[in-house]
Amino acid sequence: MASVITRVKQKQIAQLIAKGKRLDGRDLTDYREVKVEQGIIERAEGSARVLLGKTEVMVGTKIEIGEPFLDTPNEGVLTVNAELVPLASSTFEPGPPDENSIELARIVDRGVRESKAIDLEKLCIEPGKKVFVIFVDVYVLNHDGNLIDASALAALAALLNTKMPNYEMEEGEVETRPGYNPLPMRRHPIAVTFAKINDKLIVDPWLEEEQVMDARLTIATDDDGNVCAIQKGGSGYFAPKQVLEAARIASEKAEEMRKKLDW
Amino acid sequence: MSQKPEKLIDKKGLRLDGRKPNELRQIKIEVGVLSNADGSAYIEQGKNKILAAAFGPRELHPKHMALQDRTVLRCRYHMAPFSVQERKSPAPSRREVELSKVIRESIEPSIFLEYYPRTAIDIFIEVLQADGGTRCASITAASLALADAGIPMRDLVVACAAGKVDDTIVLDLMDTEDKIGTADVPVALMPNLNAITLLQMDGILTQEEFERAVNLAIEGCGKIYALQKEALKTKYVDIKGVEE
Repeated sequence: MASVITRVKQKQIAQLIAKGKRLDGRDLTDYREVKVEQGIIERAEGSARVLLGKTEVMVGTKIEIGEPFLDTPNEGVLTVNAELVPLASSTFEPGPPDENSIELARIVDRGVRESKAIDLEKLCIEPGKKVFVIFVDVYVLNHDGNLIDASALAALAALLNTKMPNYEMEEGEVETRPGYNPLPMRRHPIAVTFAKINDKLIVDPWLEEEQVMDARLTIATDDDGNVCAIQKGGSGYFAPKQVLEAARIASEKAEEMRKKLDW
Repeated sequence: MSQKPEKLIDKKGLRLDGRKPNELRQIKIEVGVLSNADGSAYIEQGKNKILAAAFGPRELHPKHMALQDRTVLRCRYHMAPFSVQERKSPAPSRREVELSKVIRESIEPSIFLEYYPRTAIDIFIEVLQADGGTRCASITAASLALADAGIPMRDLVVACAAGKVDDTIVLDLMDTEDKIGTADVPVALMPNLNAITLLQMDGILTQEEFERAVNLAIEGCGKIYALQKEALKTKYVDIKGVEE
């Protein structure tokens, strides 16, 4: 996802961060302004739009009936997909998902799955045969950095907004009935992404900071502050103590976010 | 699929394969196993059997991908269809695409990329048999393949996972522990620089458990690092012997 940033600006960003400041005036661990809207796509079972500064991500969820995986016959299926839509950035191209969109989808998936945010057992209709399949489609609409946190937040917001159809079994067939139930959600995993610039960790890097960063670290934590998913990215490295520091900051930031959104 | 065991740690505190919590599996490493590759390595870690090959620096195709100030490192992690219980389609899965990316990013910091502008260095990893922790064993082997190809590096990259099974923090998870354990934390390290170049996690760990897992994984990396260096020496000491 290369694009152009002048050497002068690169240097400026790095030097400011060494002094504990950022170009847009934020502290090193500040998020940009976050806005979450839910239920914006009526055709989807659940939906949300998240604005993180100028980064904009929409997520829609759809529910279908399908077969469970062989090793989890009593559980519904969660599928996360991400599209880096070409209108979101001059660096995104149409075509099959590339490694960046696959990684994005898998990080979002890991946060939701590993924190056991959804009670998947409640999505089982007939063990080993029929379960609800939840499709979470992440749609990046404007790329201004930190797509991971925006996408994870939008996915959670959309899941919290998702309605499950009422159903009854009739002669082995699933018949939908009027009315809806909320998706059985139990946890609120929040992903917090750090960029390492000039050997300092900053939270919620925007696009220009991402272009300067040596490496990236995403840590998702659950409502109890437990770590539930991690992904390092970028071609740099972290010192072991930076990683542990990041895990602590991540759970604080996630807690703040949950409070702000009243989750 | 095999039956799920109820307990992963027995009364004596031993694991399913008889290991102690902080014990690695049997590891065998060989360097220079493929004659056509510029560098290669083979690793067995438990039942994992993995081949890694390095090619380059060499001309990059397509040419517009080339970078003017450094070499382009490319990496493909691939599992053989017969490497797992249920046949795996040979087409790259989303998991393989992701692992190829994170493995590449774990190796990149170790290479002096700026030494070879306008070229490519390719790493090909084939998992012949998988037994949990393949990404870590792949990194350990891939880094050796690069060293064997004579590519200048800051340090070898070595990787090892730690995790939590039942209520115990354990080192080097094998397949069953990986699948039904509570958490898995793969870590790649450049030991001489104390730099973590890959870190992932799935599962649930408290902050304190996470810290212990990272430290245990780093300890494991240290042990494998010794084996890595031994394997490199073995190849080149042998060659010297032939010449004499």
